[in-house]
Amino acid sequence: MSEEKIKDLEAWFEARIANEEKIEPKDWMPEKYRQTHIRQMSQHAHSEIVGMLPEGNWITRAPSLRRKVALLAKVQDEAGHGLYLYSATETLGISREEMIEQLHSGKAKYSSIFNYPTISWADIGAIGWLVDGAAIINQVALCGTSFGPYARAMVRICKEESFHQRQGYEIMLTLARGSNEQKAMAQDALNRWWWPSLMMFGPRDEDSPNTAQSMKWKLKRKSNDELRQQFIDQTVPQADLIDLKIPDPDLKWNEERGHYDFGPIDWEEFWQVVKGHGPCNKERLAARKNAWANGEWVRDAALAYSEKQKSKELNKAS
Amino acid sequence: MKKDWPLWEVFVRSKNGLEHRHFGSLHAADAQMALENARDVYTRRNEGVSIWVVESKHITASNPENNPEMFEPAKDKVYRHPTFYKLPDEIKHM
Ligand SMILES: [Fe+2]
Ligand SMILES: [Fe+2]
Repeated sequence: MSEEKIKDLEAWFEARIANEEKIEPKDWMPEKYRQTHIRQMSQHAHSEIVGMLPEGNWITRAPSLRRKVALLAKVQDEAGHGLYLYSATETLGISREEMIEQLHSGKAKYSSIFNYPTISWADIGAIGWLVDGAAIINQVALCGTSFGPYARAMVRICKEESFHQRQGYEIMLTLARGSNEQKAMAQDALNRWWWPSLMMFGPRDEDSPNTAQSMKWKLKRKSNDELRQQFIDQTVPQADLIDLKIPDPDLKWNEERGHYDFGPIDWEEFWQVVKGHGPCNKERLAARKNAWANGEWVRDAALAYSEKQKSKELNKAS
Repeated sequence: MKKDWPLWEVFVRSKNGLEHRHFGSLHAADAQMALENARDVYTRRNEGVSIWVVESKHITASNPENNPEMFEPAKDKVYRHPTFYKLPDEIKHM
């Protein structure tokens, strides 16, 4: 294709998106659009899958059967989210196997939040409340994104997320209204998860060079800082209600702005975790690689069985 | 052996009286496993009463590049729509 022809196609493509049209897998698309979507969607899928690990840690030790079935259902939902997103990404021409290899080699990232440990039961509450809460804000913004399969996966995911956040907040509320030890446990979990949750929205706007392009393709509707502010504004009153203290001495309501002001985020910590030096990066990746390697014989056996069944049927027919 | 399980497309009837609708896709070694996985992945909250799975490679899709010759011929056939026919106002329901 000539360069001029590609320019024309690109202009037509951008106009379609500006016009609220959806792009479907077989439509013509600029290579950069394809690559950006493969990267973002596969990383989103990996986050759902790796995200099962910190919570899975507590399934066998949930304090009651009610909590256990809820956590099990929540973690199972996250597996489902990973699967919706992997298959949506495959429509762009990358195989499942390739995506998994990219995760294992470190070429593809997943959300850094899952590199923090879950050391007490209250962490399960904090994750549902804060981590799923932050994820919902990001994901609601993506329901109207331009790539059809991604948008459809997001709509499904958002429907399922709200129970995740509610079950987390309910855990925090129960602990916060319990014994002194239980309350201290809830406060400790909030102390540890608050800042990493704020980092989930990504770097400050001035350090986020892709924003303009992402806005055009509707991969973003609002900037990182806007979404972060929205999260803080919605979460502070929820903490107040259960009498837990947000671990930020600079946090205070700003009447003029109509938002909470908050203290500086430790971006050095953020980049360290992104680069692989968080508390659990090695453990998470090792768990995924082991699961893949240990499952290989199962995958192979299932395929061999299906091939055998097929040839049996052929023999019967002849 | 290194090989992805085949890809399947999943169609779900959400309740009797409605058609099966495309819900998404998944990998499975065979049809039975595709049905079982589809139940777990796509109907965890009573989203369906019936599931169809078909291996993706058996689907023939139209090419969006041919959309003009595929779909545009229908566009100018306004006489296929009831509003094309002008009737007196006295005729209320027709
Ligand atoms: Fe999720
Ligand atoms: Fe979730």
